[in-house]
Amino acid sequence: MSTLTMEKKTHFAEPIKNMSDSKKKPSIAKISTNNVNVFYGDNKVIKDVSIEIQEKSVTAFIGPSGCGKSTFLRLFNRMNDYIETFRKEGDICIDGKDIYGKKVMVEELRKMVGMVFQKPNPFPKSIYENVAFGLRIQGIKKRAVLDEAVEHSLRQAALWEEVKDQLNKSALALSGGQQQRVCIARALAVGPSVLLMDEPASALDPIATSKVEELIHQLKEKYTIVIVTHNMQQAGRVSDKTAFFYLGNLVEFDKTKKIFTNPKQELTERYITGRFG
Amino acid sequence: MKISEKIIEGGLFSSAVITILTTIGIIWVLLSQSLVFFKDVSIWEFLTSTEWTPLFTKKSYGILPLISGTMLTTLIAVAIALPLGLCIAIYLSEYAPRKFRDIFKPMLEVLAAVPTVVYGFFALTVVTPFLKNIFPEIDTFNALSAGLVMGVMIIPMVSSLSEDALFAVPKSLREASYGMGATRLQTSFKVLVPAASSGIIVSVILAFARAIGETMIVAIAAGQMPNLTANPLAAVETITAYIVQVSLGDVAHGSIEYRTIFAAGLTLFAMTFVLNNVSFFIRKKYQEKYD
Ligand SMILES: Nc1ncnc2c1ncn2[C@@H]1O[C@H](COP(=O)(O)OP(=O)(O)OP(=O)(O)O)[C@@H](O)[C@H]1O
Ligand SMILES: [Mg+2]
Repeated sequence: MSTLTMEKKTHFAEPIKNMSDSKKKPSIAKISTNNVNVFYGDNKVIKDVSIEIQEKSVTAFIGPSGCGKSTFLRLFNRMNDYIETFRKEGDICIDGKDIYGKKVMVEELRKMVGMVFQKPNPFPKSIYENVAFGLRIQGIKKRAVLDEAVEHSLRQAALWEEVKDQLNKSALALSGGQQQRVCIARALAVGPSVLLMDEPASALDPIATSKVEELIHQLKEKYTIVIVTHNMQQAGRVSDKTAFFYLGNLVEFDKTKKIFTNPKQELTERYITGRFG
Repeated sequence: MKISEKIIEGGLFSSAVITILTTIGIIWVLLSQSLVFFKDVSIWEFLTSTEWTPLFTKKSYGILPLISGTMLTTLIAVAIALPLGLCIAIYLSEYAPRKFRDIFKPMLEVLAAVPTVVYGFFALTVVTPFLKNIFPEIDTFNALSAGLVMGVMIIPMVSSLSEDALFAVPKSLREASYGMGATRLQTSFKVLVPAASSGIIVSVILAFARAIGETMIVAIAAGQMPNLTANPLAAVETITAYIVQVSLGDVAHGSIEYRTIFAAGLTLFAMTFVLNNVSFFIRKKYQEKYD
């Protein structure tokens, strides 16, 4: 694991640092999957995928549209459970525990594994109530506790300075980039350890996008982040490791630098150089 | 343009015109007859006097008892229909399997298709005797029985329109809520109901307007006793029931007693007109929200 802390922010635009895995290898991965298959009805969309994601790292999922990135990402907080035809085989563990086990409370899992979606989806409520939502549904009513959590989360999401005087304004009145950071703050407020992001910047303009990317860089110190992106440069800028999916297969998973400079598979190379299909 | 198309266009146009003319005609009759009425009775007396006895020898023309009778039965109906209708809507939209919803929703709407005279009869012969067991002092004709049955009648309006509103809440909001670890129940009440609130309010207002205008049930079961009271166990008379009473009675056409029904009708029209417009504006605001 990298030991860098605050300087990271300034390194943000530079090439990705090597993860010095050799120095210190945690015994169990934060997230690990073992021979996972996913079906929608008879359609097999994830094929025998095994992957290990280390704690406090950023992992990017790339691949052509429809290759199963979102489906795979949504396994980690069981968001696919709502799809009637969904079925999975194989084990998915977080912190070594099978998250699809019988005793697992889905609600508890999701407090630990936060999610940020492609399109900013704040509730039609005030900024404050958006961020406080997760605590409120846990029954926390104390104003001081909520105030503190809201401020802390908004600071973490690099939004506090912009909105601190208008916390009671509707979140829908903010710009797209600000809305997305409200959603990030909302996810952080319940204290997750994993943050899943499904194309979090695809609906944003370049400036808002770079803010979100910068944010990801900072959040890496505390959270394990998995991000789906269609943007190769983005994957290169923000991630430590990159997984390339194709037609439901995990084609290659390696350090981002390796994937982008010297991939093992020809398929990967063709995809990242844009010579595809 | 083909001649057949011209004929069709003309037909469509004239049906629109006929509808508008009919509406204008109704309003005109209401207004003109009411004007004649208000030459004899001051608007002030009409709106503030607390007795409505146009058919007695000692005449008094205060509409308030009729309004209170109307509001009492209507509020009872809404008090039944709002919670039940909303629960049904939430169940159908968030819990029930798709197939069940597709079968159950039309079945529920049958409730609104039952002839109201059947409801009225049911209120008088089944519900009132049942209520007598619980409240021995209840009048044979009473607001409670009529209100309860009317509530059942308007449940489908509330549940059907509310369900549409809940169903229309974007999937992304559900995902956001579930993604935060909210349960189905929390998602329903903390996210979906607030997000669909305008649609739900519209459904309640329309059901409210429907209950205000309902005639048969209240004429049969609520009584013909203009009564300025909030006691649901007492006999009352609604505006609609009064209009029926006079229309079918032997009051001489053209007399002041007869014209009271136009003034009462105008009052009723004003109430439902306002409610419909309020719901229209809420709905317009609501439509803009997610576009
Ligand atoms: N709810 C669903 N029901 C049935 N099939 C689905 C469903 N969601 C996705 N699929 C199918 O599963 C496959 C993977 O979809 P997924 O959304 O995971 O792809 P993706 O890599 O995220 O694509 P994109 O880059 O376009 O977001 C696709 O073939 C898609 O058609
Ligand atoms: Mg996707």
